[in-house]
Amino acid sequence: MARIVAGVATSHVPAIGAAIDLGKTGEAYWQPLFRGFEPSKKWIAELAPDVVILVYNDHASAFSLEVIPTFALGCADAFPPADEGWGARPVPVVAGHPELAWHMAQSLILDEFDMTIVNKMEVDHGLTVPLSLMFGQPEAWPVKVIPLCVNVVQYPPPTGHRCYMLGKAVRRAVESFDRNLRVAIFGTGGMSHQLQGPRAGLINRAFDTAFLDKFTADPQSLVKLPHLDYVREAGSEGIEMVMWLIMRGALDDDAKEIYRFYHVPASNTAVGHLILENPGLPQRPLAAAQETTSRPNVADPEVAEESVAR
Amino acid sequence: MSTEGFDDVPGTILFDAERSRQGYHLNMFCMSLMSADNRARFRADERAYLAQYPMTPAQADAVLRRDWNGMLELGGNIYYTAKLAACDGLSFQHIAALMTGSSQDEYAAMMLAGGRSPDGNRSKSEWKQRG
Repeated sequence: MARIVAGVATSHVPAIGAAIDLGKTGEAYWQPLFRGFEPSKKWIAELAPDVVILVYNDHASAFSLEVIPTFALGCADAFPPADEGWGARPVPVVAGHPELAWHMAQSLILDEFDMTIVNKMEVDHGLTVPLSLMFGQPEAWPVKVIPLCVNVVQYPPPTGHRCYMLGKAVRRAVESFDRNLRVAIFGTGGMSHQLQGPRAGLINRAFDTAFLDKFTADPQSLVKLPHLDYVREAGSEGIEMVMWLIMRGALDDDAKEIYRFYHVPASNTAVGHLILENPGLPQRPLAAAQETTSRPNVADPEVAEESVAR
Repeated sequence: MSTEGFDDVPGTILFDAERSRQGYHLNMFCMSLMSADNRARFRADERAYLAQYPMTPAQADAVLRRDWNGMLELGGNIYYTAKLAACDGLSFQHIAALMTGSSQDEYAAMMLAGGRSPDGNRSKSEWKQRG
């Protein structure tokens, strides 16, 4: 049987993709961020999952206001990178896993999650940036990917509770697939950020930290969080964090956090990253939890201290 | 179904059913800029290109003036208007600075210093007090 072995949470900021594509990862602004993902790249290379179920939101690339699916599952053979207005990212075409994806669609629908089935779809930075962060710049992605798109653009997005329950159904779907596959699930987006209007630039480190703290051990306290709390506390686009709860729901209740990284800023956004493993997997602790604030060219002693101390 | 409480979040527009209906054509215009051909045609004659979309004169005007907050107030959604910014060769952070009324340097410095604090930015009443 197929089984879900691990979960990865990560932000999917488009500027991170641009930094990679333009060869800026060594620059002072970006270096601390990419350093934070080095242990993750080693970890996933060792884990070598066969399939990644990648939960993300389409940013008006594959779906416009013409069709707005709340949950959509990519069942195609391949997903080309989308042109989001500045040309497509120079990354490999994403190979799907249509057999497992179709099986999941059937299982989820019979399990009362009414998925939209997508057979043709371009994938934007929401999907390709997490792949770049975890797998670097290979000639071809070393894993099959099943995109699971969540609407968080048009209000209302699904509730955190619905996302968490979908995660549980995803797990049942994977485990009822009659083939030996090791599956990882990524929950992407967040953390606190606001891209629109006069309040743009909002970052709430306290909210993000509490979210990261509760995510593994006490997700029940997060699934009840109303949309308004995300928007007020974590910014209008902080609502993306409901997608992390799909990943959490798909893992064991006693999954373990084995890595954490938090960094401000990437462009307008707080970057949060977690790796969780299910207990069946031999635990391989990574480097200690990290937190950084990048401050090149800023001679503020308090800030410099924070950057080092955390 | 309620959107109660969202109106109190300062400097923030909830893209709800009403905004989505109001901004449909404005957003679909932005969506069209995902194609390089359309971007070239738009750049060649912005007014003529916009005339293909049955948006209101106020919406078309906001596009022509690149009034980023104005577009959002008229039903634009940030993920759509971002495509117009990309077409103009502007980064997301560039238009974010414009929407907050800060200079590029001020905005970038604020982000490097940890971003805009939620304190004092949770409720419109806090913005009123600040004047």
